[in-house]
Amino acid sequence: MAMTLHVDIVSAEAEIFSGTVTMVFAPAEMGEVGIAPRHAPLLTRLKPGEVRVQQADGSEQSFFISGGMLEVQPHVVTVLADTAIRAHDLDEAAAVQAKERAERMLADKHADIDYAKAQAELAQSIAQLRAIQKLRHKR
Amino acid sequence: MSGAKEIRSKIASIKSTQKITKAMQMVAASKMRRAQERMHSTRPYAEKIQNVISHLARAHPEYHHPFLAEREARRVGVIIVSTDRGLCGGLNINLFKQVITTMKHWHTDGIEIDLTLIGSKSNAFFKRLGGNVVATAVALGDTPSIVELIGTVKVMLDAYAEARIDRLYVACNTFINTMSQQPVMKQLIPLQGSEDKELESHWDYIYEPDSKPVMDALMIRYIESLVYQAVVENLACEQAARMVAMRSATDNAGNLIEELQLVYNKARQAAITQEISEIVGGAAAV
Repeated sequence: MAMTLHVDIVSAEAEIFSGTVTMVFAPAEMGEVGIAPRHAPLLTRLKPGEVRVQQADGSEQSFFISGGMLEVQPHVVTVLADTAIRAHDLDEAAAVQAKERAERMLADKHADIDYAKAQAELAQSIAQLRAIQKLRHKR
Repeated sequence: MSGAKEIRSKIASIKSTQKITKAMQMVAASKMRRAQERMHSTRPYAEKIQNVISHLARAHPEYHHPFLAEREARRVGVIIVSTDRGLCGGLNINLFKQVITTMKHWHTDGIEIDLTLIGSKSNAFFKRLGGNVVATAVALGDTPSIVELIGTVKVMLDAYAEARIDRLYVACNTFINTMSQQPVMKQLIPLQGSEDKELESHWDYIYEPDSKPVMDALMIRYIESLVYQAVVENLACEQAARMVAMRSATDNAGNLIEELQLVYNKARQAAITQEISEIVGGAAAV
């Protein structure tokens, strides 16, 4: 019997592939790699591209990923696929946007939280909820 | 007869309200099922990435990631995950109550707090109350994608990397079952690993190109996936809470209609009796 390895391809939002294969090809950052069983432990980033798996019957399946991470253990390969194109400046732009949103929202903010006020308001809301529940029980 | 007419129109208005709450209940029920599925489909990624991280902790990398190092807390960051819409019972209120209590403790200990808000309900709440908000994300919709969270999380991760905050927490609701959701605060960084000293063996990965960028990328993805999970779970909580709230609203409307129907019948009966007695009285007088 040919040697096999288990491969899991997952993204943050869903599981993409899981199964036993003979060979995995992935677009690593330093160039495409082919992983056969009993490969040394390896951890690398992936570029956007195609991940191919070769199954025991010789058939091939391929998945497009937009980057991610590849972890190799002697008999287990894990592909952590990104769901979005990642680049340093893209991430930076997203962070700046998130900050801007906060600034816009807080255009007229008070500097510190008034804890007493916050707790009073919360207590009031909770009392209201409790009252509603009591009313419901009475019925 | 005017009393009876008023009651009748009141019944009609409550009936139309009941129709709306009933519809919202059914919408929430079907959305909850989908949100739960989404919650389950995020698990494989989280499990796999956790595996990799625990392997990493056991291996002996030459580079120690700052996310693993404990340091004294002088300023902490909190990511608060709330809903975008209301009408979901006490879901947000209970969460905010827990957050405020914890924040008050920090405040008395002299620890400063940076907030990142996800969901417009928390935006509205903390806008009213103040607080140092550094980033927000709103209107994630029913199918939140990790893309929308990258920026928000990065603001906090950068703050940690630059030592502006010393700890990072996420506050969200956890889905226990349809009837109950539990607000929790989880520590994200420093990572609380379950390092087993005895299991340590002396091997390490081959890192391509280098251990630092690879581990950085991995850690960032890990934190992002945890935040994403919190968002997805909170969404399932929202729909469940809304379903329950709307069901009780529908039930209450039903009770109200029953009571009003009784009052209406009595008023109608009284009017008829009065009319008859007037006729009889009139006939007797003639």
